[in-house]
Amino acid sequence: MEFSAVDLARFQFAFTVSFHIIFPSFTIGLASYLMVLEGLWLATRREIYLTLFKFWLKIFAVAFGMGVVSGIVMTYQFGTNWSVFSDKTGPVLGPLMGYEVLSAFFLEAGFLGIMLFGLNRVGPRLHFLATAMVAFGTALSGFWILSVNSWMHTPTGYAINEAGQFVPENWFEIVFNPSFPYRFVHMMLAAYLTTAFVVGAVGAWHLLKDRANEGAKVMLSMAMWMAVLVTPVQIVAGDMHGLNTLEHQPAKIAAMEGHFDGETGAPLILFGFPDMAAAETRYKIEVPKLGSLILTHSLDGRVPGLKDFPREDWPNATIVFFSFRIMVGIGFLMLAIGLWSLYLRRRGRLADTPVFHRAVVAMGPTGFIAVLAGWITTEVGRQPYTVYGLLRTSDSISPVDAPAVATSLLVFIVVYFIVFGIGTGYLLRSMAKTPGGDAEGPEAGEPTRAAGVTPAPAYVADVNPNRRR
Amino acid sequence: MIFDLALIWALLIATAVFLYVVLDGFDLGLGILFPLARSKTERDVMMNSVAPVWDGNETWLVLGGGGLYAVFPLAYAVLMPALYAPIMAMLIGLVFRGVVFEFRFKARPERQWIWDIAFFLGSLTAALAQGIALGAIIQGIEVEGRAYAGGWLDWLTPFSVFTGIAVATGYALLGATWLVWKCEGPMQEHFRGKAMVTGSLLLVMIGIVSLWTPSLHPQFAARWFEFPQIVYTAPVPLMVLALAALLFASLRSGRDAVPFLASLGLFLVTFIGLGVSLFPYVVPTSITLWDAAAPDSSLKFLLVGAAVLIPMILAYTAYAYWVFRGKVRPGEGYH
Ligand code: HDD
Ligand code: HEM
Ligand code: HEM
Repeated sequence: MEFSAVDLARFQFAFTVSFHIIFPSFTIGLASYLMVLEGLWLATRREIYLTLFKFWLKIFAVAFGMGVVSGIVMTYQFGTNWSVFSDKTGPVLGPLMGYEVLSAFFLEAGFLGIMLFGLNRVGPRLHFLATAMVAFGTALSGFWILSVNSWMHTPTGYAINEAGQFVPENWFEIVFNPSFPYRFVHMMLAAYLTTAFVVGAVGAWHLLKDRANEGAKVMLSMAMWMAVLVTPVQIVAGDMHGLNTLEHQPAKIAAMEGHFDGETGAPLILFGFPDMAAAETRYKIEVPKLGSLILTHSLDGRVPGLKDFPREDWPNATIVFFSFRIMVGIGFLMLAIGLWSLYLRRRGRLADTPVFHRAVVAMGPTGFIAVLAGWITTEVGRQPYTVYGLLRTSDSISPVDAPAVATSLLVFIVVYFIVFGIGTGYLLRSMAKTPGGDAEGPEAGEPTRAAGVTPAPAYVADVNPNRRR
Repeated sequence: MIFDLALIWALLIATAVFLYVVLDGFDLGLGILFPLARSKTERDVMMNSVAPVWDGNETWLVLGGGGLYAVFPLAYAVLMPALYAPIMAMLIGLVFRGVVFEFRFKARPERQWIWDIAFFLGSLTAALAQGIALGAIIQGIEVEGRAYAGGWLDWLTPFSVFTGIAVATGYALLGATWLVWKCEGPMQEHFRGKAMVTGSLLLVMIGIVSLWTPSLHPQFAARWFEFPQIVYTAPVPLMVLALAALLFASLRSGRDAVPFLASLGLFLVTFIGLGVSLFPYVVPTSITLWDAAAPDSSLKFLLVGAAVLIPMILAYTAYAYWVFRGKVRPGEGYH
């Protein structure tokens, strides 16, 4: 099979950005979690918070490093692979990315060194400030890049000049474009949930090994509070996001829902197989009228179908149909875990219900899967445009020969799998060390599993932070 | 001369690129010198001397790229495809070099050598690729309409390869003099020697590039060899010589910080020399900075942010360097 430079460049972009987003999803949440831990330590002076802080700080350092290097690749890819896109959107999107660098990346990088290595040099209060700055920087970076990305979905506040470039007319409308508030909230919550489920899984895993480990209890408890409180908000935010998309990108909604024919009183298709060639969804399992109810909040509202749009403007319904369901499915699983934790907590059994701990361990990676599935829904659903309705993907590409793109793509695949694969291995190894047991050593190189040897905890505590005051 | 927004931005971006070159230059230089360290302890000290600041150093590269996209989108759109292979090589090199800061301390001791090699090769690749990209820009880029019109190997010429080697050598000098500043004892002496060698090599290379560049375009030759321009440009080579003398004298007399500062000076002067040759082109010799500039509203919008934020960035970056000031001692493990 022959691949064109466009196919290769698309695949390269999708590949590198998918790797990149895995790290921010974790570091945005983890930076805030570290800030909370250090704040709790400063406020209560309970040693356990410092222990947990140090435990997660090492993990954060590795994940952040991988986030940085994979992110730098992204900045340059706009130019190398999407030069026409860059020329045309630069005047509008470039300054937003410029603000991201100036306000967020420098802040993160400037205080990262102090956060990682400076506790003994600057004292706890200034160190806390550094941690807070890093956390704030990650969120700010999300703010700007999501504004950029949202503008590509719902462009506003621009004009087009004689060279064919988008030029700014109204900066407020550009930054706060119609889909931005929804996308920003949804993505930040996604990052917090992703982190919460990783933290929870690590806590649960250590509880399975040693039911008395105090650090593990604290982690699990904090993570489950996040799950209980944030998942419902995320589901509501996702629903509102969908309504916004219906308004601005109805073809994407049609593809996500698997509707080829627009209809009133439309059903909700739970499962099926959207067949693009035949333009119909096969093997449907559907709930009558529910589709209209969710999307229009009325039983007889009209829901769009792909056939309402010219064929050459259809996104790939097969992909977005499934990726959307994966994300939503995980969202409801997270809700279920949260509710289960609430039930156990009320009965005082959160820290000693092994089945629950196993379930939480299994849920550990699901945040990442949901994030990737969500982005695939969003981005594939935007096709065949890079700037929705205005600039086609096929017109965005650089005049670079296919062999150059193919070679670099191959190198990226090999290097990313090796480097980030090994990095993930290191992350898992750090997570497997017993928090508080011997968080500092054994030095790297020792087998990390203290196979069954349980360093007797100094005290067995519940997770009430006020207890020792 | 018209002192307008586009020109202000050209100066700002040139400043960002210069800061990148010297800041990341010295930590890439450490990577290039890595095989010359004589023990694991020395390698640990080398890494620890930059571990807290390397990320900030590299962010200037993001500002250079992102700034170009924002302010001179046409130049970004032409240069990136033209430099496709060197940019990709640089990115891959930076991936390896960047992750090593964390990975090396996480690896089992018997596997650490793998990351030592990755650090060396990643740094060397990035440095060579940057130098090659620079050479490719200087020698000129084929443009048609608003797009790059050359092939995907046009960047590869003897000149660009030579500038690649010259930049890598310059980074090694920055790295060596940085170590002279940050270390003591036998390790300091060792790298004092390396600074002598790389410094001498670099001087020769600067000489060759200076004679080679004017032969590439008549404009360059006119700037450097014809009256009256030569009145303005003659101080550049003189300052290179003066700074080189300062570098070698301070290395000999055992000063700590002066060699590094003299090397920075060398970079600054050659960088200005380059600016003199290229001005007003961002893509020699077809696109000037005014052709490539985004509309004024874009330039203004970002300039407001830059005016407020860049001083703040400089302040907290200086603070971070200050927190980690002083000699790095062996065993002062951060990890
Ligand atoms: C919602 C969040 C988010 C999204 C959608 C993206 N990023 Fe990102 N990026 C971050 C959130 C983030 C972060 C949290 O700020 C990172 C991740 C880990 C880190 O080190 O900083 C980061 C790092 C990071 C860096 C390195 C910064 C440094 O030197 O410190 C660059 C250059 C980019 N990103 C660029 C991009 C581009 C061009 C993207 C679009 C394709 C992108 N990011 C998507
Ligand atoms: C970070 C999470 C993101 C993920 C996982 C993601 C994923 C993807 C995927 C899978 C595609 C390919 C769609 C297709 O070709 O069918 C794509 C395309 C694209 N995305 Fe995103 N994206 C993300 C964020 C962004 C952001 C923040 C931007 C802009 C600033 C962006 C810009 C683009 C562009 C320009 C394309 C067009 C190239 C193409 O069609 O492949 N993406 N993205
Ligand atoms: C269960 C209820 C959920 C609903 C109804 C929902 C809804 C949506 C919708 C409609 C989109 C597409 C936006 C567009 O049209 O561009 C989207 C995107 C996305 N979702 Fe969800 N979502 C849910 C849960 C989750 C969860 C649990 C996560 C991650 C932990 C998540 C992460 C994302 C991400 C990262 C994107 C892409 C970025 C964006 O467009 O915001 N979602 N979601």
